[in-house]
Amino acid sequence: MSGGRLLSLYINNRSGGLIYQRNLSPAAAKLRDNDQLTVASMLSSLALILQELAPTSGSRPMSSLEANGFVLCSYDVPTGLKLVMLAEPGTQGLELLLKAIHALYADYALKNPFYELDMPIKCDKFDERLTRLLHDFTR
Amino acid sequence: MAGLRTRKLNIVDRALGKGRQEVVSQSAFAHLFSEFVQYSQARSITASELERRLEDAGVGIGVRILELASLRDGKTRRETRMLGILQYVHTTIWKALFGKSADALEKVVENEDEFMISEQEPLVNQYISVPAHLPNLNCAAFAAGIIRGALESAGFPAAVQAHTVAADAGGSRTVFLIKFAPEVLARERSLASA
Repeated sequence: MSGGRLLSLYINNRSGGLIYQRNLSPAAAKLRDNDQLTVASMLSSLALILQELAPTSGSRPMSSLEANGFVLCSYDVPTGLKLVMLAEPGTQGLELLLKAIHALYADYALKNPFYELDMPIKCDKFDERLTRLLHDFTR
Repeated sequence: MAGLRTRKLNIVDRALGKGRQEVVSQSAFAHLFSEFVQYSQARSITASELERRLEDAGVGIGVRILELASLRDGKTRRETRMLGILQYVHTTIWKALFGKSADALEKVVENEDEFMISEQEPLVNQYISVPAHLPNLNCAAFAAGIIRGALESAGFPAAVQAHTVAADAGGSRTVFLIKFAPEVLARERSLASA
């Protein structure tokens, strides 16, 4: 059901700090670690600015952005967590995928006693499950 | 009195022996266990101290679950042999706690007082990724404590340890190593010769 390749995944915490990043394709932009942090926090700020620009009050933050080279899908969780997926144009089902990744975060990061809230996610089981999920998605 | 009769029965008010056992939300358990591990970790300096705290917490549960499981399946005979009690822990008690029997029960070939119960993925560890700086830690020490408590109150004092063992096909499994006390072995010998 995908139709295009996934490029990269970013997960930001509620203060706009990057807590997880993974490139999913050789075609993804190769950024250095510091640049990834900057880009990710810019994304969070951009989403907030766009919300300010909305003509009606109560608009949700930016949920997607399209360019001719890629699409960006952003899924915001009420706790402030922000999941962002970059993919090739025409990729379907990104929001569902991000919801599934959110479920993995709730299980394998939040139920892990060694994970600290708002800190980078370094959990083997989260990585493992995410790999499996992305594999199933792109198949 | 009327108020009492109409009140919905709380889980702790219900008779233990009646009906099928209650199922607890795994999410709720995982969060509670995670908090408990964090609580214990904040009070321990080394990984082995943390494991000891988890194990000690399990012992009390083991004592109670042995009582409860034997009450539920109407057991009237007491296990007196090592294999009998190990089978009971491996199937009945494991089912009462985790909804399934443990994956395997094996004897350690070199030592006659040692046995292993192994589990592909213990329910308590399902969401836990052990950090790289604590490679030998296994939070299933809690389940090891449960086994120890059950064995001790059945009259089989033993030391139980949870080990992480790398599996052949990648990944890892947890092995609970059970080492019985010398008096258990002596009794076993006299029972076998009788």
